[in-house]
Amino acid sequence: MSGKTLYDKLWDAHLVKERADGSCLIYIDRHMLHEVTSPQAFEGLRLAGRKPWRIDANLATVDHNVPTTGRENGVEGIEDPISRTQVQTLDANCNEFGIVEYGMSDQRQGIVHVIGPEQGATLPGMTVVCGDSHTSTHGAFGALAHGIGTSEVEHVLATQCLVQQKSKNMLVQVDGELKPGITGKDVMLAIIGKIGTAGGTGYAIEYAGSAIRSLSMEARMTMCNMSIEAGARAGMVAVDDKTIDYVKDRPMAPKGEMWERAVESWRELKSDDDADFDKVVHLDAADIEPQVSWGTSPEMVTNVGDRVPDPANESDPIKREGMERALKYMGLEPNTPMTGIKLDRIFIGSCTNARIEDLREAASILKGQTIASSLKQAMVVPGSGMVKAQAEREGLDRIFLDAGFEWREPGCSMCLGMNPDQLGEGEHCASTSNRNFEGRQGFGGRTHLVSPAMAAAAAIHGHFVDISDYYDRAG
Amino acid sequence: MKAFTKHTGLVAPLDRSNVDTDMIIPKQFLKSIKRTGFGPNLFDELRYLDEGQPGKDNSQRPLNPDFILNQARYQGASVLLARANFGCGSSREHAPWALEDFGFRAIIAPSFADIFYNNCFKNGLLPLVLKEEEVDELFRAVESVEGYALTVDLENQTVSTPDGKVYHFEVDEFRRHCLLNGLDDIGVTLEDADAISAYEARRKQEAPWLFPAG
Repeated sequence: MSGKTLYDKLWDAHLVKERADGSCLIYIDRHMLHEVTSPQAFEGLRLAGRKPWRIDANLATVDHNVPTTGRENGVEGIEDPISRTQVQTLDANCNEFGIVEYGMSDQRQGIVHVIGPEQGATLPGMTVVCGDSHTSTHGAFGALAHGIGTSEVEHVLATQCLVQQKSKNMLVQVDGELKPGITGKDVMLAIIGKIGTAGGTGYAIEYAGSAIRSLSMEARMTMCNMSIEAGARAGMVAVDDKTIDYVKDRPMAPKGEMWERAVESWRELKSDDDADFDKVVHLDAADIEPQVSWGTSPEMVTNVGDRVPDPANESDPIKREGMERALKYMGLEPNTPMTGIKLDRIFIGSCTNARIEDLREAASILKGQTIASSLKQAMVVPGSGMVKAQAEREGLDRIFLDAGFEWREPGCSMCLGMNPDQLGEGEHCASTSNRNFEGRQGFGGRTHLVSPAMAAAAAIHGHFVDISDYYDRAG
Repeated sequence: MKAFTKHTGLVAPLDRSNVDTDMIIPKQFLKSIKRTGFGPNLFDELRYLDEGQPGKDNSQRPLNPDFILNQARYQGASVLLARANFGCGSSREHAPWALEDFGFRAIIAPSFADIFYNNCFKNGLLPLVLKEEEVDELFRAVESVEGYALTVDLENQTVSTPDGKVYHFEVDEFRRHCLLNGLDDIGVTLEDADAISAYEARRKQEAPWLFPAG
C-alpha cells in the first residue's frame, strides 16, 4: 500500500463521519468571516433558531468594503450607505453571537487572509474555511484551507462541519533555483499559464520541490492563495522549519509545553515518500521568467519579454474566440511587446501580495526613484494594520510616498473595487492582485497581474520592464 | 430549499468558456445583505451597455442587443447551456442566487468550477455536466431551432431533447438526495451531532492547542 499525501493526512485527521452515501463530514478548526459573505448566513441561523456550534473557532474582520482613506471617522465615515450597512451588519452579528471581530478601528483589522496567519489564528494541521475563494492562502502552513459559499458559512457556524467529497491529489513540483527577482507570484502565474484555470478543478494541489522549499512563508502564501485561479479549491505546502519559525510567538499560537507538543505533531505534516498523486506537474525553476497577464483570465499570462499572443495561431476555435474577446476588452493588438503596454495605474495590495515582504520588495525597487509622470495613480494598500505599522517602522511608507505612491489604509481595495478604489473605463493597471477578469477592478478596467517588484518597476517606467535586468543591474 | 425533481424549459446558449462569477454578478451588487433580488443584475456587464449600480432603475438602462438573454427567442429561458469551467473565480453564492432569481433552474456545461458547483445545490439550482461533444450538439440544436426546450430529470439523471434523444449525467448521491427532497442540509448534519461531539472530545486529547478555550 502506498503512503499518504499531506492532503490525505489532513483529510483523515478531520473526518468526523463517512455516511452510507459516501458523503463525509469534515470538522473545521478555524472559520474566518468577513462582511460580504456572512450576513445571509447569520440571518439563516436566526431564522432557524440555531446557535453557533463553537464560538471560539470563529474570527471575523471587515475588509472588502472598507475605504482605504479617511478612516478616522470609523464605520460612520464610510460614504456609501450600502457598504456602511454591510460593515455595521457584521459588527452587529459578531456582537450578537459573541464572535471576536477586528473592526475598522482595530489595528489588527486587515484582509482576512493576511490577518489569519499574522495572528496565529491559522496553524499547521488545521482545516480553515472562509466565505472567500482565496482561503486557499492558509494552505501554505500545511493546513487544509478552502473557500466556501454563504450556505456553507451558515453550515459551519451551526455544525462546525462541512459535508465534503474528497478531492483528488495533485503534486506541482518546482525544482531548481529561481532567477534573481523571480517571486512566488511569478512561479504561480507560470503554473496557471501551464495547467490553465481549470487545470486544478477537482484536485487539492500540493506545491513541492527545492524551489518551493527555498521560498519564504509569505511567498508560499502568495502561491497557495492563487490555487483557486488554477481551479483548485485548496493548495498546500508541507511544514518545515520556516513554517514553525513563522508561527512561533504569534498571538494565537500555542505557548510553552503546548507549543512543543504542537510542533512535534506538525513535523508529520508532509506527504510520505511513497505517496501516490493522481496528477503530477513539473516546472523547472530556472525557466521561470517574470510574468505579466495580457488577457481576462489568469491563464492568459506570458513572460514580460514576450509579445501579446496572436489568436490566429490558436487552433481550438473556442479558445481562439476567448482570446479575441479578451484582446478586444483589453484594447490590445496581437504581437504587441508586453513592455509596450502603456499603464495608467499601479496597485500594490490584495490578499495575494500585501504582506510585509511584498512591500519590502516593491520599496527596494522604488528607493530613490519616482513614478512615471504618465501615470494617473499609484497606490499601496497594506494587507493589515499590523503590516502597515511594521512598514512604517521600517520607513517603507516614506519610500513609497517619496516615489509618488499613495500610502493607504488596509483592506481588499482595488483588487475587486467594492470600495471607492476602482479603475476607470479603458485604464490599464499593473496590479499585484489575483484576478484579471472583465470589470473586476472597475467597469471597463484592464488588469495586468504581476509581482510587487514588477509593479514597482512598471511604476517607475510607466510600462512593464523586465525585473531580472533590473536585478542584474542592481546586483 | 426549493426541491428539484424534473424540469422542462427553454434553453439559452451562453457560448463562452471560463465564465467567472464576477461576470455572473459584479461586485457592486454584493453589498446587499439579502439573498434575493439579484436577478435583474445577472450578467450585468454583458446584459447592459452602461455600468449598473444597486438601486439603479434597470428598466431605464440601455440593453446590449447582442447578449442572448436580451434576444426575443430566449425570453423565459430556464435552462442555461454553457461552456467549460463555468462559475470560476470568486466563491460568491450571489452567483447562483442571481441565476435562480432570474429564473434559471438548471445549467448544462462540460465542466464547472468546484465552489460554484457546490453552491448551486444549496439553492435549488441544478448544475449538470455533459460530455464536451454532447454540449456541442446541444449548442448546434439550440441555435438552429427556435423555442428549443430540454427536460432535465434529476430522479433518473437524464436530459431529454425534443426529438427524443436522452443524455445521462452523474451527480453524487447526497447532493441528489438533498435537492430531490429540498432538504436543509444543516438539519441533516445535526442528526450527527453526537458524532461531532465525539470527534471533538477525541481531538481535544490529540491536539489540545486547537481548543484553547478548553
